[in-house]
Amino acid sequence: MADIVGAYFTSHVPAIGGAIHRGDQQDPYWKPFFDGFVRVHQWLALTKPDVAVVFNNDHGLNFFLDCLPTFAVGAADQYHNADEGWGLPIYKPFAGHAALSWHIVEQLVTDEFDPATCQKMQVDHALSIPFELAWPGVDAWPVKIVPIAINTVQHPLPSAKRCLALGRSVHRALTSWPGQERVVVIGTGGLSHQLDGARAGFMNPDYDRFCLDNLARNPDLLTRHSIHDIVRLSGTQGVEILNWIAARGALGPFATEVHRNYHIPISNTAAATMVLNPA
Amino acid sequence: MPTRKPVQPIPGTTLFDGAAAAKGYALNAMCYAFNHAANRAAFVADEEAFCVRYGLTHDQRAAVAARDVPAMIAAGGNIYYLAKLAGIFGLGVQDVGALQTGMSVAAFKQMLLDQGKDIQGKDMAHG
Repeated sequence: MADIVGAYFTSHVPAIGGAIHRGDQQDPYWKPFFDGFVRVHQWLALTKPDVAVVFNNDHGLNFFLDCLPTFAVGAADQYHNADEGWGLPIYKPFAGHAALSWHIVEQLVTDEFDPATCQKMQVDHALSIPFELAWPGVDAWPVKIVPIAINTVQHPLPSAKRCLALGRSVHRALTSWPGQERVVVIGTGGLSHQLDGARAGFMNPDYDRFCLDNLARNPDLLTRHSIHDIVRLSGTQGVEILNWIAARGALGPFATEVHRNYHIPISNTAAATMVLNPA
Repeated sequence: MPTRKPVQPIPGTTLFDGAAAAKGYALNAMCYAFNHAANRAAFVADEEAFCVRYGLTHDQRAAVAARDVPAMIAAGGNIYYLAKLAGIFGLGVQDVGALQTGMSVAAFKQMLLDQGKDIQGKDMAHG
């Protein structure tokens, strides 16, 4: 079976990419956020993953409203970032682990999930920025990826309960994988933020703390809230917590917290970073 | 089986659901095209022609012409796609936030910073 080394979670606010591009990590506005990655870098140097299963959400790069899957599993050997339309740098490509992707798809469908499978899939800042944060300055990413996209754009969204179950199905796939890869599970996005409407700028540290405090030991508590509850508590884009919940499921039944960082604001967002060990 | 229950509206918040996605399709399709630099240039060169090409409704066209983000959302625009249009106008998410809340950009940014002050001393950073 694959060796699941742990899980890494972080916000993926596009402006972070601008800060990295400009070298603003020590700027007073950015420092409290970037300082949260020293521990992530140490942890990755120790755990040395070679594969990453990444739960994320597309923001209108790969998917449009003509065909919008609830769950989509990338099954490609290569994934490319591209122009997202508003001035972000184009990030470097990713090598895919297509064989593991298909193995995960087999398990998901066995477990009665119905994912879309994508042999071509562009990946946006939701993937690139967490990687730029985790492995700054590398020429090529040290891990192959299996990207899993969750619809957080167009309601109805899958429930938190469904996303946790999806992650747990991915965990079963990893435990039955015959290879010896060292897998890190990644969940990106969040935490509370709202970009649209008269409530734009909304954040909710109390709900964010509830999520951070329970993600390791009691992830099922996060599934008590409906999607509507989560939007009310966390903002229209705070629903990206679904990526965290799915990733937590993929980590396995037990988890211990290694590290967390929480900072307001990064752009319009309550930004968070977390690392969990299995068991 | 669970059934859909009526839910309380969330103040200041529009859920981008099937009805909104259907209503906003043309506007969002135009914005999705802005992933390509050539389309951004074509829009800037002849905004009216570009909007016609994508079949924007009257309300969508008026909202775009007025740079009126709340009206774009009312016409079915989704913020992820609208962000690409806002980028052409040189507007970031704080500018868009200010437009929607009626604040100045400086006041909107200060409102975001003030929420950070509220958590200081609450030991949020460490578990």
